Formats: sequence, structure tokens, C-alpha cells
Amino acid sequence: MQERLIMTQEDVRRALARVAHEILERNRGTDDLIIVGIHTRGVYLARRLAANLMEFEGVEVPVATLDISFYRDDLRARAPSKIQPTDIPMGIQDKRVILVDDVLYTGRTVRAALDALVDFGRPAQVQLAILLDRGHRELPIRADYVGQNLPTAIGERVKVRLIETDGIDEVALVIDDEIEEEELFEDLDLEEDDDE
Amino acid sequence: MSLSRTIETPNIDDALAVARPPRKHVLDLDDFSREEISEVLESARSMKEVLGRDIKKVPALRGRVIVTLFYEASTRTRISFEEAGKVLSADVINMSASGSSAEKGESLLNTGLTIQAMGVDTIVIRHPHSGAPYLLAQHLNKVSIINAGDGLHAHPTQALLDLYTVQDKLGVGGQGSDSQGADSRGSDSRGSDSMEGLKVVIVGDVLHSRVARSNIWGFAKMGAKVVLSGPNTLMPPDLLRSKGNIARSQIASMVEVDTNLDRAIEGADVVMALRLQQERQNAGFLPSLREYIRRWQVTDDRLAKAKPKAMVMHPGPMNEGIEISNSIAHGGSSVIEEQVTNGVAVRMALLYKLTIGAPE
Repeated sequence: MQERLIMTQEDVRRALARVAHEILERNRGTDDLIIVGIHTRGVYLARRLAANLMEFEGVEVPVATLDISFYRDDLRARAPSKIQPTDIPMGIQDKRVILVDDVLYTGRTVRAALDALVDFGRPAQVQLAILLDRGHRELPIRADYVGQNLPTAIGERVKVRLIETDGIDEVALVIDDEIEEEELFEDLDLEEDDDE
Repeated sequence: MSLSRTIETPNIDDALAVARPPRKHVLDLDDFSREEISEVLESARSMKEVLGRDIKKVPALRGRVIVTLFYEASTRTRISFEEAGKVLSADVINMSASGSSAEKGESLLNTGLTIQAMGVDTIVIRHPHSGAPYLLAQHLNKVSIINAGDGLHAHPTQALLDLYTVQDKLGVGGQGSDSQGADSRGSDSRGSDSMEGLKVVIVGDVLHSRVARSNIWGFAKMGAKVVLSGPNTLMPPDLLRSKGNIARSQIASMVEVDTNLDRAIEGADVVMALRLQQERQNAGFLPSLREYIRRWQVTDDRLAKAKPKAMVMHPGPMNEGIEISNSIAHGGSSVIEEQVTNGVAVRMALLYKLTIGAPE
């Protein structure tokens, strides 16, 4: 098993800074904005984007967290995952929601997140920010803000590591030498870091 | 000399916890490890968030069918399970013995097989005979069984909701895990899920109480000390005698009996009053109701001897003025209504747990 480094700590920092600027540009400021992170790593990325917005504009944009366990389309297929807190104290009615996750892959997580979101109200708009887009969509979903695009093979795995969860900021591509059987399980396993 | 027993298992629970496949049934708490109990309680916390939403509905169990099969009267437990299932989008079918083919003499097993043949995923059963849920679990291989109370034996979902209520009130458990994050665990959450050092007093008719039996397992496994109090005739010899299943387990040292409630209640963190099943009065268990009230009713005077912030619980339905005084039942230390609310969240957590990751 080998790993190829895709993004270093600096790359991650720059990508998040750029995405924050793009969010400001596209929304002409921060009015009605709310950043919603998808558990687990999306939450930390959401907080970092909010910190960037604070630094660039001096405005505190609210951050909310979303767990999508209840909205998955593959409940039977996986081991029980820990349900993490969904916390949207400010509500999303008529807000512009920036949905944040680490990896965009099949699009199924985002589909579930959209379903989860609308249970909390009717947002004016939902935009999607992603640290890494690795392709292979199975649903008609695209990101509005992308840290980096990375064409991958389906058999490959992407590991996003963040200081908050893994002690280091980096994105790596994992190439399995003896893939096959293990790979079959990995594809099902959203809990792995491949977790889009 | 080929012995099959090669592994030393000083603690049966820990050994079970290691290689346990996903849980299929919830029959009692005696086969739950502390870790598994904690996991359920933590999951219930997320469920409570759903119950606090404007739209109390998530699609998690869409397309799953739950049957509540009740051979005994019940309001809160049945409604609680029904609400839990419906909030998770399962279809819930209620069946009670009266009005069903049980009245025509159909056996429990045949009723179970019939329900299974209809493609039901989970059966929630309450039955006057101890062990009835085990019979179904043994013979129905396609459905999950949840025990909603069987005879004098067990009522595991009640015990779990009681544990949840205590954790919630005392602020132990994984609260605020959003701000603390899964990663930063360990520093201040040491023993966060345990109830080490707590004193739980269970008062009244322990002998006939399945709620008490499951709670003994639950609280003791979480590390609390359990003191049973009540008339000698209503204390459970089978639990404490050397041959009883609790006496033989590793929680034996956590459980004791003190028939003097005034002494037992001293320094208690939790006081749980049990319903005095009135039909027992005539069976020679009590000298008189008046004496019972005088010696074992949970009153303001007695509660004053417990810890200042002690909470009073009752599994319901209450006989106010008998095992619990009116002022206590509706007073500031009562968490009886919270118990009911938390019951829905805990049952959601169990229904979810049994469905997710279950084999097809």
C-alpha cells in the first residue's frame, strides 16, 4: 500500500482561503450566510471557512453541523455508525446555506445532506463547498467551490487528514497493491475517510 | 485432554463485548456490556434532538415494519414505541391480545410465525409470562425481538430510559460533544459514561417488578451502587441468594438490601419508587397498606435525607399517596415526566440500532 501526497498543509490552507474569498465574491458579502458542515470532517472545514471569513471581512458567519445518518440510502449495507449531533440553532429558513464536506465522490452524501437540510426549513439557496472533488458521481450533483480537483480511479482511496481529527493537514491518495476483496468493502464504507 | 476452553474469561461481559456480532434482539440488559449501554444512551441523545425539531420525522427506517404485540395493558410503553417508530418513518402496526386470534386460542409461537410471514422486521412484545420474548427470539429467525416487559422478568427499555434520564440530569455522558469533538475526548470525559459512585435506591415491590430487575442490571453495570428497600416479603430472594443469577454475576457486590428505607435513602442520588401492585395486598405480602405507606412511601421527610439534588423516579403508572406522596410526585425533584419523554428517544435508538447494519 502506497500513498501519494495530493495536498500539503499549505495547500489545504491556501485552498480554504481561496474558497472563502470565492464565497464572499459570489454572495457579495456575508448577508444571510450560514455555513453547515457535514460530520465529521466537514464540520472542521466549516469552522475554518468561518474563521477565514472573520479574518477577511470581520464578520462572524454562523456555523451549524449536520449528521446525515438518518438520511442515507444504504442503511442495511453498513455497520452502525455513531450518530453525531445535528445542531442548527439559527435555522436555515431563507438563508443562503454553504454546505461543506471534505470529499465529493458519488454525490450520495450530499443528496442525503440536502434531504436533511430541508427538514429544518426552506433555505433561499444551498451552495456546496468541497475540499477535494475526486469525480465518479452517481447523482447529478456538483460543487460550487472546490479546493482541488483530482481525477481518480474507482479503486483508489482518498484520505483527508485534518489537524482536528488526525493531527495533520493533508490529502493523500492511497494506492492498494492487493486491492480486490478489500476494495469491495471500502466502496460501501462511508465511514472510511473516503467518506464522501 | 483437548479442552475446548482455551480462553480465560474473568469477566464474561468483556469477553462478549469483544466479538459480538450486531445485536439482533433486546431481551434484557444482562447481555449488554457497559460500552453497549453507553452507545445506546449516546445515540438516544441524537434521537432527542430529532424530537425537538419542528418537523419530528426522519426517513431512517422508511420501509421497515414494526409490530407491537401486547398481551398486557399498557399506555406509555406502547405509545412510546409507536411514536419512536413513526418518528423514524417506520410503519408501526399495533396488535393487542384482545381482539386478535390469541382470543381464539392461537399460541404465542404461531402468532409470532404469522407476523414473521408477513415480512415484519421487528416485533415489540409485552407478555405476562416471563420468557415469552425469548421464545420468539429462539424460533423466529427473520425478525428482531424487543422485550417491552415480560412477566416478572425484565423490562430493558424502561431501564435504559431510566439510565438515560439519570445521565441527562446529572450531566454525565457525552453531552456537548459538538464543542468538544470526538477527537478531544479523554481529558474531561474520563468515565463520562459511568455512574461510578452513585447511589440508587429502589423502593417497594422489587419482588414483582421487572422494571427493578432490569434496572439492577443497568445501574450496576454502569457502576452505580443499587440499594433495594421495601418489606422483607417483597424483596427478591432469587436475586440475592447465592444461586440467583445476580448473586453469581460480577455485579453482585454492587447490589444490597436494606429494608429500613430511612436508613437506605441516606445519601442517595436517585430514589426510584415502584408501583405497589395492589393485587399483592391480598396475597399476604403486606400486613396492611397503612403500614406500607408509613414505612416505605417516598415522602418529603425521607427525601430530605438523600443528597440535596437527589432525583425521584417512577416507572408509572403511579399510585399517588401509596408508594409516593403527591408532593414528591409533582415536586421539583421528580423526573417522572422526563422519563416518559426520554423513553421515546431511547426506543428510537434501539429500533435504529437493530435495523442498521442488520443482516438482510
